[in-house]
Amino acid sequence: MRNPNEIVADALAAIQACPDLPSLEQVKAVYLGKSGQLTELLKSLGAMPAEERKTAGARINEAKQAVEAALKGRRDALQQAELDRQLAAETLDVTLPGRGAGRGGLHPVSKTLSRIQALFRSIGFEVATGPEIETDFYNFTALNIPEDHPARAMHDTFYLQSGELLRTHTSPVQVRHMQTHQPPLRIIAPGRVYRCDSDVTHTPMFHQIEGLWVDESVSFADLKGVLADFMRNFFERDDLPVRFRPSFFPFTEPSAEMDIGCVMCGGEGCRVCSHTGWLEVLGCGMVHPNVFKHVNIDTERYIGFAFGLGVERLAMLRYGVDDLRLFFENDLRFLKQFN
Amino acid sequence: MQFPESWLRSLVNPALDTAQLAHAVTMAGLEVEALTPAAPPFNNVVVAEILSAEKHPDADRLRVCQVDVGEAASVTIVCGAPNAAAGLKVPCARPGAKLPGIEIKVAKVRGVESFGMLCSTKELGLEGAAEGLMVLPDDAPVGEDFRRWLNLDDTLITLKLTPNRADCLSMQGLAREIGAITGAEVQLPQIAGVENRIQDTLPVQLNAPEACPLYLGRVVRGINAQATTPRWMAERLERSGIRPLLAPVDITNYVLLELGQPMHAFALSRLNGGIEVRLARAGETLELLNGQTVELAPDMLVIADAGGPVALAGIMGGLPTSVERVTVDVFLEAAFFAPAAIAGRARRLGLSTDSSHRFERGVDFGATRQAMERATQLLLEICGGQAGPITEVAAALPRRDPITLRLARLARVAGVEIDADSVMRGLVALGAGVERQDDRLIVTPPSFRFDLEIEEDLIEEAVRLYGYDNIPAQPPAAPSRMLPQDETLLADDSLRQMLVDLDYQEVITYSFVDPAWETALDADARPLPLANPLASQLSAMRTTLWGGLIETLRHNLNRQQARVRIFELGRVYRSQTEQPMKLGGLVYGDVLPEQWGAAARRVDFFDLKGDLEQLFGHALDARRGAHPALHPGQCAEVWADGRAIGWIGTLHPRLVQAFDLPAAPVLFELDSEVLAQRPLPRHATLSRFPLVRRDLAFVLDAHTPAGELLAVLRDAAADGVRSIEVFDEYRGKGVAENQKSLAIRVVMQDTERTLTDQEVEDAVQKLVDAALRQCNAALRA
Repeated sequence: MRNPNEIVADALAAIQACPDLPSLEQVKAVYLGKSGQLTELLKSLGAMPAEERKTAGARINEAKQAVEAALKGRRDALQQAELDRQLAAETLDVTLPGRGAGRGGLHPVSKTLSRIQALFRSIGFEVATGPEIETDFYNFTALNIPEDHPARAMHDTFYLQSGELLRTHTSPVQVRHMQTHQPPLRIIAPGRVYRCDSDVTHTPMFHQIEGLWVDESVSFADLKGVLADFMRNFFERDDLPVRFRPSFFPFTEPSAEMDIGCVMCGGEGCRVCSHTGWLEVLGCGMVHPNVFKHVNIDTERYIGFAFGLGVERLAMLRYGVDDLRLFFENDLRFLKQFN
Repeated sequence: MQFPESWLRSLVNPALDTAQLAHAVTMAGLEVEALTPAAPPFNNVVVAEILSAEKHPDADRLRVCQVDVGEAASVTIVCGAPNAAAGLKVPCARPGAKLPGIEIKVAKVRGVESFGMLCSTKELGLEGAAEGLMVLPDDAPVGEDFRRWLNLDDTLITLKLTPNRADCLSMQGLAREIGAITGAEVQLPQIAGVENRIQDTLPVQLNAPEACPLYLGRVVRGINAQATTPRWMAERLERSGIRPLLAPVDITNYVLLELGQPMHAFALSRLNGGIEVRLARAGETLELLNGQTVELAPDMLVIADAGGPVALAGIMGGLPTSVERVTVDVFLEAAFFAPAAIAGRARRLGLSTDSSHRFERGVDFGATRQAMERATQLLLEICGGQAGPITEVAAALPRRDPITLRLARLARVAGVEIDADSVMRGLVALGAGVERQDDRLIVTPPSFRFDLEIEEDLIEEAVRLYGYDNIPAQPPAAPSRMLPQDETLLADDSLRQMLVDLDYQEVITYSFVDPAWETALDADARPLPLANPLASQLSAMRTTLWGGLIETLRHNLNRQQARVRIFELGRVYRSQTEQPMKLGGLVYGDVLPEQWGAAARRVDFFDLKGDLEQLFGHALDARRGAHPALHPGQCAEVWADGRAIGWIGTLHPRLVQAFDLPAAPVLFELDSEVLAQRPLPRHATLSRFPLVRRDLAFVLDAHTPAGELLAVLRDAAADGVRSIEVFDEYRGKGVAENQKSLAIRVVMQDTERTLTDQEVEDAVQKLVDAALRQCNAALRA
């Protein structure tokens, strides 16, 4: 009988020399196959005397186990090497940019409009809309601005050749809504408005949001409460200073201008706030009884407040835009800054 | 309105500094728009007299002056000004003076020691002629501090007054208002009647008593119109933005500023007969003071004499009867013209005067006589002369009926209780008569308040004097009701967001456009024209969003943006009653942003159509159609809900050229309201049975639209057919010319059972038959 230890030594050498899995299987066959060297050795045990058979059998089995262990070790190593090769081959430059379509974005005025609407909806304001080509009645008369009233000069109105006009504010929506709805009412009306004016700080078209709240117990204190709450939430500044100054609008009385502490300089005084520390942000007031009379709302029973704010102005302050005209040039490099 | 603070403080002087006063006034509703120093800061400048001016020994252009600065000894100053001459009084900066931009020191100028600088207006930062030394009047007190002498430590206050506060368009009105706001004592000018030395009068007739219910006239003879306007008056006029011209005119302007009463002085010798106040007659014209000749309309009020109109009442006087330097006799006018009779007329004539500005808003008819007396008094003082008696003609003046202010109503509107006594005190300080009756105040407004007519007007005054800042800001209490949420209507914001997700950038373009764009896009377009456009490129209301989108494309191409994908959600305008909301978009350039991992390909019709299908959430009903702006072969009309709702297509090559574009963009425009409608999702039972799929290739005429074949197939589909879609189009080898092959996928499934082979074959056969019969489409061999 050939010495099993010699066979093992041969086998281990052969196994280590195997470059890949198929050659390993061949080596396995040479030693452990049906007519492999160790298999043949086992077969020869039968011819041995019984007393030798036991020790010889044990030695052959040890040899077999040693070969099997070597085979497994080599197989694992070869498999690992194969996997490593595959992984290396499949390795990507993960620093390259991602693939696919781009994503667009909303116009900053649109973003601002949405934000304002969301804030007012959260306390129960519904959105109402109205036409942009308006009649003199809705834009002026019904809002207590009679023909030749000096307040009309404050509105540089665009007229159509047909005699109608482009609304100068979103306030006509108040009137239209009150004509068709009964109080209590709580609406905001966003949209385009037009004034015959174009320079560094004016564009002939811009956006306003009108607000109206009519109920049996609405007061000037409520008006202040709602608008202060709005400005602080819009700018996400709980400590934003606000103030209300008496003003004049034909369709509200008492009327007020609302100022907020300058959000650019924190009230220190800068170019944006003309070094006053304050920014004028909206006009508001209690609905004038003459407006209610035009829409047959009982002025003894109902009180209302209304406000109108310029959307571009808020967008400029919120996003730090320093030139109003950028909004309507639609330069993609500008618009994409808000995506 | 602009005025010097010193003038205001001569009438009311609250214990507040300039900034505090400005704040108090602003918070009371008279917005301070600007505070401007009367002069920039400088110091150590005195009034000086040049005693002698000799040529500098070493410089041709310099002179060595001996200057009296009010001290025992004169000082030597070297001066380069060409007008330096002995006897002139000039401002002199002493050594140590700080002027705008320079500091004055004793210095040697070409070997001569100079002790200061003689100043020009420019060197002091003052307005006026910049050439040479500032020449002061002969009565300027030598040695006096220049700032104090000219009252330069003053502030010009500019107010932005709202149209309801006409009563604050005068120093007297402002003083009264500030007295009410601050509680400070008000010292109004004392005006005594003038003694009549002559008896001359001019008859006055009011022929439009509603428009002019009060007219006061007075003859003053023997004046010297060339008299010098006193410095205090000139200074106040100048600091109020009015240039002194001629003493009698300066005086009427001064009274306008002081009392708010616009006045006019006519040259008496130029008037022909008596004065008549009447409406203009058709065809009448008038040459105004500013040289403009205007055609008068029958609703314009005029002052006329026997020869016709001599002044446009309350707006501007006429040139032929105006006071000139040689005028000796004048006729002074102080009248009340009703706001409704003046409003709008000046604007129609392109005029805006201090007078019309005040009459349109309301002038105090209770102080007309006072103004006449004041103007006469000043005229006699300054120009001399003798005054005749006042002719006063009056009709029905505006009423000032008592108004009831309910204290409970005040509290309800304000949202806070306001003490009745303080309300009363405030209203009285504003000049109103107030009487308390239990829970209400009966208030009679003063003649100068045209804005107090109803209870709300008084509420506003009460709240204003209480202070808007003192009203608490309270979160309102209201019943909590949820807002309706229509699930079958897509909100505009959601629609926008979907396009954003599809890689579109939102734009907002002007609603008015160049009408040339409109007609280029559609020769039949009839955009509504503006009557007063700002520019011809903004002169017509758009009827399509495409003009603005193409312009935006051009703007961005010019800024090296090669890929443009934009949309706009906005109205187009057909008439007052038809202003539908549209969703429009434009794509140009590559499908994908330039990137390393995908091949570049230009966007085409089907990319855009695919985007719209995403937007609709289902296949688009796009039918062949013709739109003048679109490529006739790449243009489809989009249908939904049984009607056409818009267009999609490639810009017509003719327009690509006309708009000077390097390549054609693909465009769409849809009615956004239809697009926003979404069916409420409805669950249908899922089938547990196997799905059968059959792919059919049809060969048909190349011109037959795929949509037509699909429609025929869907129409012929048996019950178990779930979907029929195109998955390939092929032309070329193996398919005859003028023919194409369409690969159609048919998916079948029953919810109740497995379809039998026979059922599947029958269903397919039915489709094949219909295709052949209706579209002449045969199965491909």
